[in-house]
Amino acid sequence: MILSFFDQFMSPTHLGIPLIALALSLPWVLIPTPTNRWLNNRLLTLQGWFINRFTQQLMLPINLGGHKWAVLLTALMLLLITLNLLGLLPYTFTPTTQLSLNMGFAVPLWLATVIIGMRNQPTAALGHLLPEGTPVPLIPVLIVIETISLFIRPLALGVRLTANLTAGHLLIQLIATAAFVLLPMMPTVAILTSTVLFLLTLLEVAVAMIQAYVFVLLLSLYLQENV
Amino acid sequence: MADAPVPIAQRRLMDVKLGELPNWAATRDFTPNGILSAVRRGHDRFYNKYINVKRGGIGGVAMLLTGYVVLSYIWEYDHIKHDRWRKYH
Repeated sequence: MILSFFDQFMSPTHLGIPLIALALSLPWVLIPTPTNRWLNNRLLTLQGWFINRFTQQLMLPINLGGHKWAVLLTALMLLLITLNLLGLLPYTFTPTTQLSLNMGFAVPLWLATVIIGMRNQPTAALGHLLPEGTPVPLIPVLIVIETISLFIRPLALGVRLTANLTAGHLLIQLIATAAFVLLPMMPTVAILTSTVLFLLTLLEVAVAMIQAYVFVLLLSLYLQENV
Repeated sequence: MADAPVPIAQRRLMDVKLGELPNWAATRDFTPNGILSAVRRGHDRFYNKYINVKRGGIGGVAMLLTGYVVLSYIWEYDHIKHDRWRKYH
């Protein structure tokens, strides 16, 4: 009975094809490739504007070595935003609620930034483990703490995205159930609950976009430190 | 009436009569490459008709998303049908 609230996060299979396959391939359909015409259609123009602005903003604080990551980070951002926003449609499946997918994004990319830092500038990369101006007696403790914080980063990246989206979807389902059940009994309360549901949906749209952005932003931050 | 009958494998879907549909379906290419090219052709047709136009509005993308919602409903139907008259959700 209670278990059914989490059933929306199970990927159902139909004729042997899991829904997650359809959900993961949808961004390919919705984000068309630019043609070599001078003036493209409106969707492409909008998309091109967004990509240009986003890449410019993202690459501002990163010096030249990190500009190789521009395509990867922008593509990741587009994918996450599309996946998150599509998950808000009824009956759809959000792949980013699966921890496995988010960890699959977070761990390799974080590890890449660490390895780049260690290879190119090992002293500076290790130097990040000790903030400037720490009192001498605190140095050993702080190094341990900073190392732990370094290793927790991929976990935090993945779990943050998963938890935010999962919690949002669950809340929507709970409040919607409440409004639906209350409707025959106490219509006024049902209307209040519906207002809360509406506001929550707006919040979820915002969270979907923000979480994708935060993910990519933090990755760019880790890159900036190490490149 | 005067032109020679075209073999069924080369006719387009709209020209195939209902009774010949299984025969026509048997001549289609179901290899992964064939399916991929069919998906690509379908996508190009939809894209060029509804999205890649001079003054495209929200309609093209909206049709895609509605189709996605309907498809997701069909995928999840087996699971959702238990929710119909449950007392406790």
